[in-house]
Amino acid sequence: MSVVDQEISDLARLSRLNLTPEEEEELGEDLNEILEFAEKINEVDTEGIEPTYHALPVNNVFREDEVRPSPSPKPALENSADSVDGYFVVPRVIEE
Amino acid sequence: METELLDLSLNELQNKLQNSEISPVELVEASISRYQNFDKEINSFVSFNSKESLQKAREVDVSRENGPLAGIPLALKDNLCRAGYATTCGSNILEGHRPPYTATAVKAIEEAGAIIVGNANMDEFAMGSSTETSAYGLTRNPWDTERVPGGSSGGSAAAVAAGIVPAALGSDTGGSIRQPAAFSGVVGFKPTYGRVSRYGLIAFASSLDQIGPITRTVEDAALLTEIISGHDPADSTSLDQPVPEYHGNINPKPENLTVGIPAEYFGEGVDEEVETIVRQAASDLKAEGAELVDVSLSTTEQAISAYYVIATAEASSNLARFDGVRYGPRAQEFEDMIDMYSQTRAEGFGAEVKRRIMLGTFVLSSGYYEAYYGKAQKVRTLIKRDFENAFEKCDLILTPTTPTAAFKLGSRVDDPVQMYMNDVLTAPTNLAGLPAITLPVDANSDGLPVAAQLIGPSLSEQMLFDIAYLLQELSPWEPCSAPLKE
Amino acid sequence: MKNEIVIGLEVHVQLKTKSKLFCGCSTEFGADPNANTCPVCMGWPGTLPVLNRRAVEFGMLAALSLNCEINQDIKFDRKNYFYPDLPKAYQISQYDMPLAEEGQVEVELDGEKAVVGIERLHLEEDAGKLVHSTAGAESYVDYNRTSVPLAEIVTKPDITSPEQAEVFLRSLKQRMEYLEVSDCNMEEGSLRCDANLSVRTPEGELGTKTEVKNMNSFKGVRKALAYEAQRQKKVLSSGGEVVQETRLWDESEQITREMRSKEEAHDYRYFPEPDLVPVKIDSKWQSEVKQCLPEMPEEKYERFQAEYDLSDEATQTLTASRPLADFFERALTGDVSPRSVSNLIIADLKREMNERDWTINDVNITPENLAALARMFEEDVISSNVCSELIAELVESGGDPEAIVEERDLKQISDAGELEAIIDEVINENPDAVEDIRSGADQAIGFLIGQVMQKTQGQADPGQARKMLQERV
Repeated sequence: MSVVDQEISDLARLSRLNLTPEEEEELGEDLNEILEFAEKINEVDTEGIEPTYHALPVNNVFREDEVRPSPSPKPALENSADSVDGYFVVPRVIEE
Repeated sequence: METELLDLSLNELQNKLQNSEISPVELVEASISRYQNFDKEINSFVSFNSKESLQKAREVDVSRENGPLAGIPLALKDNLCRAGYATTCGSNILEGHRPPYTATAVKAIEEAGAIIVGNANMDEFAMGSSTETSAYGLTRNPWDTERVPGGSSGGSAAAVAAGIVPAALGSDTGGSIRQPAAFSGVVGFKPTYGRVSRYGLIAFASSLDQIGPITRTVEDAALLTEIISGHDPADSTSLDQPVPEYHGNINPKPENLTVGIPAEYFGEGVDEEVETIVRQAASDLKAEGAELVDVSLSTTEQAISAYYVIATAEASSNLARFDGVRYGPRAQEFEDMIDMYSQTRAEGFGAEVKRRIMLGTFVLSSGYYEAYYGKAQKVRTLIKRDFENAFEKCDLILTPTTPTAAFKLGSRVDDPVQMYMNDVLTAPTNLAGLPAITLPVDANSDGLPVAAQLIGPSLSEQMLFDIAYLLQELSPWEPCSAPLKE
Repeated sequence: MKNEIVIGLEVHVQLKTKSKLFCGCSTEFGADPNANTCPVCMGWPGTLPVLNRRAVEFGMLAALSLNCEINQDIKFDRKNYFYPDLPKAYQISQYDMPLAEEGQVEVELDGEKAVVGIERLHLEEDAGKLVHSTAGAESYVDYNRTSVPLAEIVTKPDITSPEQAEVFLRSLKQRMEYLEVSDCNMEEGSLRCDANLSVRTPEGELGTKTEVKNMNSFKGVRKALAYEAQRQKKVLSSGGEVVQETRLWDESEQITREMRSKEEAHDYRYFPEPDLVPVKIDSKWQSEVKQCLPEMPEEKYERFQAEYDLSDEATQTLTASRPLADFFERALTGDVSPRSVSNLIIADLKREMNERDWTINDVNITPENLAALARMFEEDVISSNVCSELIAELVESGGDPEAIVEERDLKQISDAGELEAIIDEVINENPDAVEDIRSGADQAIGFLIGQVMQKTQGQADPGQARKMLQERV
């Protein structure tokens, strides 16, 4: 399997990465090489094998429904690129 | 300045501090002095707080009640959050980022009295095996500054090897503690997954990441592991199991020990000299009464592929939050919201991180999920089984930590697949969640350290420390700092 | 016969836990922007989620009330997409192992019963809120709502009319309120509903569906779906084709319109959340939760019908909400008749509530107060007027009705001796009316009773007064 140019720009958009044409070309080559390497997994017969998402079998970890006072949002707001009146500011998002 | 002080083990330092043979100020001054002398060249730190550390050293009370690390300077990998201190993951995208909270493991060493002198360099977002991808410049190997220190915890390993600090914390996702420890001639330990809380470790691949120590001796690794281990209600994946006193209980009993030797870890791709040295270590154990048995870990070669599929998939999601909205710098010019995201991320991430985000996005994307991510997680099940089967025949497994000793700077950074192969002997244990320790056992003909790795079953920390300690005693390598010239 | 319209709903219900789904921040509505946030819900690098047990149990209760099967093994997954209201750039949700599946709810419309199947119910975290500047090029983000627990309920495409969709939603709201797991207030956003709708083509084939969003009230859902069904039918009957798209309900124009911003092709790249461990729900836990399941609306209705001698309509009204039904039953103390308590609730209390736009939780009158009033009324101690007035007063300010009646001397005058003098007075003062009655105009008696009531400040027993007036005239 290989990643075609169209997919590289789709992936870049899905990943929210603006790439230069040169970067796209380089990444395309790299990804194809890496995918070839990744496909070694196909050498293993996994018929009837369940996937492992967690290395250790731990289940049912919860916290109780108790309110913990929230810290002041001030440091977070100050740490951000843009904020006003207690809000984080972003370029206008339209959904209409 | 008695900078040799820093070549002592944590335990020795602690004793000297308590007997007033040395003071915390002398220790921190020694650390600063070595930093000033060596770090221009090796660049193991991204930040170093001389003034503040000295201030703390003046104030610290080193009595035993104040913790086993009271007054001892330590370093953190730059992906461990500490409230109010810049934590950047070696990335431009977190430039100036000051977390509002402290990682659980960091809190533990602070409570144990340690003086954190600074943050150690790393591959950007822990993605690399050479510490050449940091936005803050590459780190050099103290044993040969033309070579890499390994990665991604290369800064932590180099700082310990250079004797700037006696110990440091790192993180290990596919070998990121063990591989640089091996290249830098120091001890590195990756605990059982869940043994140490990940809360406050900026994630690379959540199901694989573990925090662990990088030290000069096995005893120090045991001590630090003991301090940072334990259940944390803030990390759902942390294990609710008591933590034994590893350090005080080191007691090797090689008589009834069975050591597994997996052929797959000594085969193709492993440097002959490395193989010879590690086989000698096995023979040393045998001479002490241990039995050596052949075991098979048949999926080793595919494990590294499975590792890169799983790790990049998780990383693509973990790194999506770096979007310029809440933290980190934002691109100056953009057309709209999507462009703001895409430009901020394009400017903030380096080439290797972009590569892995793209790969991870691909293996999770519609139409490819089953063939890559789904398949890799099934292979992971078989890797786990391989280890389980092996541990029916042996108590622990002995292998080389890396296929080669430290390689030359720049020699692999443009060849991702060759770089990825560095983790071939370490990544399988992350996939299986197992603990593993690396220690230098000898030098090769270039004078570079060569390391052995011991892998045990889940929560076999104590046994690994016991046998690693024995090997440390038996092997020709003496724990020491690299002979850097001032 | 095949259905003309096919509707499936996707409902998000905010669960009323005290703290968020994965951190200890408060879920309270209306705090200052970003005041209810912490490093975890704000997605600060290095933070990790820990699951709120009660949210799972609330989800289980909701699922049980919809007759769903609870799955024994569930897990959480990451749904990846970028949006400024989503701080981690993924939403922790459930993909292929949801909390519950395969439920059904009976709905009744115009006396006809139908079953709406429930495809699944899963838990997920809410996103934050975006506020848009009126003129400028900016949006403002408030993460208070981020990570508030939601139950997403997906119906099967079993709904056959906009009216039925509304009835289903009202029934869902009623269930959630009975369980006390959600307020289901559409205006405040604690219940949100999207719909998929398609109509049959003239050839009888099921047409292409559209997704309708942005409906902010129950009525809005009905109107939006009615509009959309009409629109699709028009398109088809004029030979056109329905385009598969998302359409937004425009409340002010009363139309649906296609979204202006072209939606990107989504690829959410779901995968199991590695930061959370799987949840196993064994039968013990499930039965513990089942024990907490209250009597549901239909059961309560049946029981009220069986236990209390009430009209069908009264039973419906009383069981419409659990707090109201509870209020009614708590008022059944002593030997008051259910019927008179029910009458006072439906005639007087409901009126007072409606006037103020209050729910039963807002009133200051207690069930015990109401019981006392009902008893005094039944025993002819107070007149119905006094009773109504006291209810109005107690709703507002509360108080002990018996003490008030005593203190203000509001007891009904039904004693013939006491009334006699007043009736004499009224007859003497209104000779014309008396004449009217004598010449057969019976309605004038009402006027005279009114006069008696006025003179006694409403305390006269109107029945007694009528009887005595008739005798005297």
